[in-house]
Amino acid sequence: MFEYFDALFLARFQFAFTIAFHIIFPSFTIGVASFLAVLEGLYLKTRNPVYQQLFRYWVKIFAVAFGMGVVSGIVMGYQIGTNWSVFSDKAGPVIGPLMGYEVLTAFFLEAGFLGIMLFGMNKVGEKLHFFATLMVAVGTAISAFWILSANSWMQTPAGYIMNDVGQFAAKDWFEVVFNPSFPYRLAHMLLAAYLTVAFVVGAVGAWHLLKDKTNAAARKMFSMAMWMALIVAPLQVLVGDFHGLNTQEHQPAKVAAMEGHFHTEARAPLYLFGMPNQETAEVDYALKVPGLASIILKHDIDAEVTGLDQFPREDWPPVATVFWAFRIMVGVGILMVLAGLWSGFQRLRGKLYDNKTLLRFSLFMGPMGFVAVIAGWIVTEVGRQPWVVYGLLRTADAASPIDKAGVAGSLIAFIVVYFLVFGAGTFYILRKMAGNPEQVTIPDYAKHKPTMAAERIYDEEV
Amino acid sequence: MDYALIWAILISVAVFAYVALDGFDLGIALLFPWFKKEEDRDVMMNTVAPVWDGNETWLVLGGGGLLAVFPLAYSVLMPALYMPVIAMLLGLIFRGVAFEYRFKTKRAKGIWDLSFITGSLIAAMSQGIMLGAMLQGIQVTGREYSGGWFDWLTPFTLFCGMAVVIGYMMLGATWLVMKTRGDLQRQSYRAGWYTTILLVACIAFVSLYLPYVDMFIAERWFTYPASVGLWALPILLAVMTIGLLRSLHRKQEGRPYLWGLGMFLLAYTGFAVSIFPYLVPRSITLWEAAAPDNSLKFLLVGAMFLLPTIFAYTGYTYWVFRGKVDPDSGYHD
Repeated sequence: MFEYFDALFLARFQFAFTIAFHIIFPSFTIGVASFLAVLEGLYLKTRNPVYQQLFRYWVKIFAVAFGMGVVSGIVMGYQIGTNWSVFSDKAGPVIGPLMGYEVLTAFFLEAGFLGIMLFGMNKVGEKLHFFATLMVAVGTAISAFWILSANSWMQTPAGYIMNDVGQFAAKDWFEVVFNPSFPYRLAHMLLAAYLTVAFVVGAVGAWHLLKDKTNAAARKMFSMAMWMALIVAPLQVLVGDFHGLNTQEHQPAKVAAMEGHFHTEARAPLYLFGMPNQETAEVDYALKVPGLASIILKHDIDAEVTGLDQFPREDWPPVATVFWAFRIMVGVGILMVLAGLWSGFQRLRGKLYDNKTLLRFSLFMGPMGFVAVIAGWIVTEVGRQPWVVYGLLRTADAASPIDKAGVAGSLIAFIVVYFLVFGAGTFYILRKMAGNPEQVTIPDYAKHKPTMAAERIYDEEV
Repeated sequence: MDYALIWAILISVAVFAYVALDGFDLGIALLFPWFKKEEDRDVMMNTVAPVWDGNETWLVLGGGGLLAVFPLAYSVLMPALYMPVIAMLLGLIFRGVAFEYRFKTKRAKGIWDLSFITGSLIAAMSQGIMLGAMLQGIQVTGREYSGGWFDWLTPFTLFCGMAVVIGYMMLGATWLVMKTRGDLQRQSYRAGWYTTILLVACIAFVSLYLPYVDMFIAERWFTYPASVGLWALPILLAVMTIGLLRSLHRKQEGRPYLWGLGMFLLAYTGFAVSIFPYLVPRSITLWEAAAPDNSLKFLLVGAMFLLPTIFAYTGYTYWVFRGKVDPDSGYHD
């Protein structure tokens, strides 16, 4: 099948595949790490054992997901060199130090304290253990800070000069790190991670509540998750809107593709559905609301909205992919807001745990955060094509001088290994989630002799 | 001293930290075939479970640091070593998940044992092959790799792969001597003895073979009087070897690992001396590969504060998990 594709296409596909897989884990672990810190903090404050139960329940799920995130993340770092060596040479002086800081400030912090968090409960005392949990959570957030700074710089490059060997070099590091799209992208991603986990936690709670609505641990989970949904989902809509306006300012071609606007026009319509046709530059089978895009993007019904016709054709992103991915992301976002509002309404009526339809809907929403994260990632990454450094370096000019067989071979290897390994991990996580959180036993650490690491042996008798 | 040289030293330290720390993690997996009892394997894994992730992070720093401060070297080495790099990454995936998955299942435990062993074997072998490929030289035209797809694959590089596997097994065995008791420890002493002798044979072979086939390396090691100082390396290596074997014989528990580390440090220094000042041997020096000064400075400012901090809390973690791992403690939970 590979004779139809060139090395560039395969390298792009390999990157897309490995990063789409990878992005699932950080967006999960960022959220869960914070959740764990909150749980442990609440336990220390209230001494309510249900928080400790939940901590022990989720920390095991976290460990599996974190392991998968680590191993898939190492692949990303090295792949920049193997498949995108010209990019490494040219952009390395700018994005390399950002990634270097990610390792120095985040990865070591997470890895260093993860050991104590997972194995150290009977070794360091509960305050220090809470500190370790906090450090892991902080580490995941710092990691997001740097990686989104690097990604944002590629989208909206700033603070650089070109040196005499054709490399990007930093002129002003502050401008590089805090480039124009970075704050919006970071806020949008962190909220996405919190929302994703809120709905996973909510779904696990709902699953156990459907079996037994008196399950105290499940009630606590469901309640906490729905509070998050109620507060954060609308906040995310707001941040997303700001992010969109920022994108329109710096990457208008991306927004035109998201909206399906091939033509520049006043009173621009919002396409609810349709099939963008890159050849004819029309949206086929369009269902549209006239003027709404002008209102959303310019806050003025008569404003002119830039279309793709303002850009040379060779600079157009693949419109249909971006258009559809954007609709999926927004669609999931709307469902999340609805779930939040609905739960808020049920809570007011004092029936949060009784409404089976809400519980089933929450179960359905469990994996939806991941769908939105991947769709959003497609919008932002496919939408910036054909550029790897926006407006400056084309993706086609960034690839390694390697032949097709190599990229094809490694691509197949990655696909097979990822499905095997991460399939197994997902299975173990789901099995953990099916376990009743109320039956988590809390060992009496005071009775344990200080012994190393063996605490988790046989934590699952299957 | 200029920034490029400072960074070359710092990256060398990061790579050595990786070899020294993840070396024993990988080595433990490589010893699995000789430790068949499930309880022994549980203990072996639990001696590294709380620290392996941090150990592996040094590899990310080595790679990420190379991209940040020597982008040209990174962009040439990665395509040149494409297959061993991909193989190493896949190996590390199987190795890494084994830590989590193995204790999540009884039925499939054997599968994750196998994943732990083969993943570690592939990762260690690939690392040795890359080392060998760098020693034998990498072909470059302009700013790009211009060699063939299989240049990295020669009998010499395969031998280096095997040498690294054996070296890691030695580190794993001496680590186990320190962290275990009883039968497991007795067997580790024996494994330490055999692997040390094999490792010395490997190092001797590489050291004698390379100057014989490579003029550049021969000159570096045999130009009188400039190279006289270098002869301290093989002499010290002999001292370390004797120290290691003697400490194993005397059933000392902490020292064998330290002697083993000393052997690694000397062999690693020998490697560095053989390729200096090149980062891509015989084509690109570390100064040619260096990023603009302001990139080097920007990252150095942070590294000056962060590296000591990292050493401090990593040290603390090792302190928390010091001492022997008891086989029976796991059954209480």
